[in-house]
Amino acid sequence: MEVTLKIFRYNPETDKKPSYKTYKLDAIEMDRVLDLLEKVKGYQDGTLSFRRSCAHGICGSDAMRINGMNRLACKTLVRDVGSRITVEPILGLPVIKDLIVDMEPFFEHYRSVKPWFINNAPEPEKERFQSPEARLRFDDTTKCILCACCTTSCPSFWGSENYIGPAAIVAAHRFIFDDRDQAAGERLKILNEVNGVHRCHTVFNCTMACPREIQITKAIGEVKAAIATGNLE
Amino acid sequence: MAGLYASRTAKTAILTKLYPTRSHTGTAQGGIGAALGSQEEDHPEWHTYDTVKGSDYLGDQDAIEFMCNEAVPAVYELEHMGLPFDRTPDGKISQRPFGGHTNNVTGKPVRRACHAADRTGHMILQTLYQQCMKNNVTFYDEFQAVDLIMVNGITAGVVAIELATGEMHVFHAKAVIFATGGHGRIWEITSNAYAFTGDGPAILMRRGLPLEDMEFFQFHPTGIYKLGILITEGVRGEGGVLINGKGERFMEKYAPHVKDLASRDVVSRAIYMEIRDGNGANGQNYVYLDVRPESVNRYAAQDGRKNLDGSPYTVTGEEILAKLPDIVDFCRVYLGVDPVTQLMPIQPTAHYAMGGIPTNKFGEVLSDEKNTLVAGLYAAGECACVSIHGANRLGTNSLLDLVVFGKHAGLKAAEFVKGASFQPLPDDSTAFARTQFEKIRHADGTENAFDIGTTMKKIMFDDMGIFRSGKGMQNALNVVRELKQRYQHVTVADTGRIFNMEMMNAWELGNLLDLAELTTVSAIARTESRGGHSREDFPERDDKQWLKHTLAWVAENGRIDLKYKPVVITRFEPKVRTY
Repeated sequence: MEVTLKIFRYNPETDKKPSYKTYKLDAIEMDRVLDLLEKVKGYQDGTLSFRRSCAHGICGSDAMRINGMNRLACKTLVRDVGSRITVEPILGLPVIKDLIVDMEPFFEHYRSVKPWFINNAPEPEKERFQSPEARLRFDDTTKCILCACCTTSCPSFWGSENYIGPAAIVAAHRFIFDDRDQAAGERLKILNEVNGVHRCHTVFNCTMACPREIQITKAIGEVKAAIATGNLE
Repeated sequence: MAGLYASRTAKTAILTKLYPTRSHTGTAQGGIGAALGSQEEDHPEWHTYDTVKGSDYLGDQDAIEFMCNEAVPAVYELEHMGLPFDRTPDGKISQRPFGGHTNNVTGKPVRRACHAADRTGHMILQTLYQQCMKNNVTFYDEFQAVDLIMVNGITAGVVAIELATGEMHVFHAKAVIFATGGHGRIWEITSNAYAFTGDGPAILMRRGLPLEDMEFFQFHPTGIYKLGILITEGVRGEGGVLINGKGERFMEKYAPHVKDLASRDVVSRAIYMEIRDGNGANGQNYVYLDVRPESVNRYAAQDGRKNLDGSPYTVTGEEILAKLPDIVDFCRVYLGVDPVTQLMPIQPTAHYAMGGIPTNKFGEVLSDEKNTLVAGLYAAGECACVSIHGANRLGTNSLLDLVVFGKHAGLKAAEFVKGASFQPLPDDSTAFARTQFEKIRHADGTENAFDIGTTMKKIMFDDMGIFRSGKGMQNALNVVRELKQRYQHVTVADTGRIFNMEMMNAWELGNLLDLAELTTVSAIARTESRGGHSREDFPERDDKQWLKHTLAWVAENGRIDLKYKPVVITRFEPKVRTY
């Protein structure tokens, strides 16, 4: 089948403003949008620039806006989006070139919740014990690949780049509800600040956008509840 | 891991061509091997023997023993860093069976793979990055290393390109650790990331250093048909079986004891033989992986597989979904197949480089067959060849390799810099790297890089794949050499500096071509079959002639020279390998 790809293009070294370019190519239903971008780059226009690596939805490099939805190009098939496909950079982060955005503001928010394990008790010789139920409590949020699909689909983040964003809250959730970690209070305090969880207005865009199917809005709700009640059950 | 440990006592910078969380470690699925004995009897000695046997006796036994002993504290250390391993009912780290890992007394599969669902590598990568952030390790994200600076044979730093600006930077360093991963992008069907272009080995071979055992590359039995995306061996660990086009469970024929949990080289060859015998599914070059609960339960009953409490082993659809969520997701997304109710079409996929930069068990790079050290140079992980994996790697040993040897390379490099001084930089440190890029920029532009890459991948998969012959390999070598000529005229349309990914990809293609040539030359010379190197014209293992490691150099005139060094054998004399 013939597919029409309309791609957002911007080269800061030559372009005054962004434009869209259209490419036509042969494809099959099972082709990934990433396969199409590779073909355009390989045969039609080598200057097209985008990030990619694992090509199967695990590394998180190729988050893009595909037909208006934030998705990973490697996890979106022609079958899912049809033969007229518009590809744009994710919103809310500065565009550097074509589909490549500056991820630094995103990672800054991520780092602000102290996304690392904190337990200052002396380490046992073997593992710290944890029940399967306690492990399951934060399982969903361990899946996050930091692709930024969620944060850059959130109207609150579009409204204010200072909002910490769903991905950072997911990262915090993974530690807050891990019963081996000792810094839940510290993280909840950070998330209780003006640019923390309270900017979430439960729009569910993040949950819809997550390529890992993490129940993000639910996780944010649990963090809000923990702040309100002090209860980490 | 290397950066984390080096940074504890030495001023350290980590350069990565991607963002740190995008590295290919994150795609490892099934588990990390360690004889914890959480659920049943196990010993590091058994792990050692299984790894030696898995390597088809080409692994160095002193290093293997070191790794398998270190495995136990290494996994506990990961847990202490917060890694969310799955748990047993009594709260210990949960373990699952994996190919080639056995109880050495009964010969039956043993639970040795410590896992976090089917995203163990993801959790390891995240945890290590988190610990680096916690310890304020300095990262240079999206900096592509392109050259090693050596002065009088001593390490002086690296040259790297900052992708966001196109600027070339010199990192003046007393020690450099390469942890650049594999080069599976040489082959058409691969589980490997686009980023896996063998940059580290290619950089070092251009600097006159040898590469070890490059003819040994692992083809994982179960890649998604046509796409090559990995389906973890953990599927078979949980009871999944391979089924040919006639609906037969064929691994019984090839590995009567452990069947579907034989070593990867054995299983991949079995699949190819089935396909060759006309037993592929629908007459095509694929077979099925079956993890439907009714099949798992039926075959488990036939095998007499038991739970730890002695009750018969059974699974439900919900349990499959809980234990293998990503696998189920991949199949639904990329195949439109639900593995709980349908068969998964699979074919072997180029997966892992057993060979690479020669090192000792401390990650120190070796420059010749006499194991001479290169001052200040280290390598760890898939780009390195210790050699732990010999001719064939066991599943779960790659994550273990990068954790154990990453740690020791980091420690050793930090120890080295304490007593060392900076080498003065040469007058023009970036000259060699600049030459390479100028050549691409100013090539006369008649050749398409994408075409060259596609041709290389196809010929390498056809003639340098699971089964090889002298004739086929020579054909591959001729084609690759012709492609190298064409590569001199490759066209690059992007003349900019900012994120010029076309230029970077063209440079990466050069790495792949160089490594493809060296791999093929190493393979042609080895007139035997061992592990991942399986020759139809020399079907037997030949310990008399070939129980030795290959070292391959690129000479000044471009010729590839081969030398050999002995395998370290301590406790286990080579014997016939059956599963």
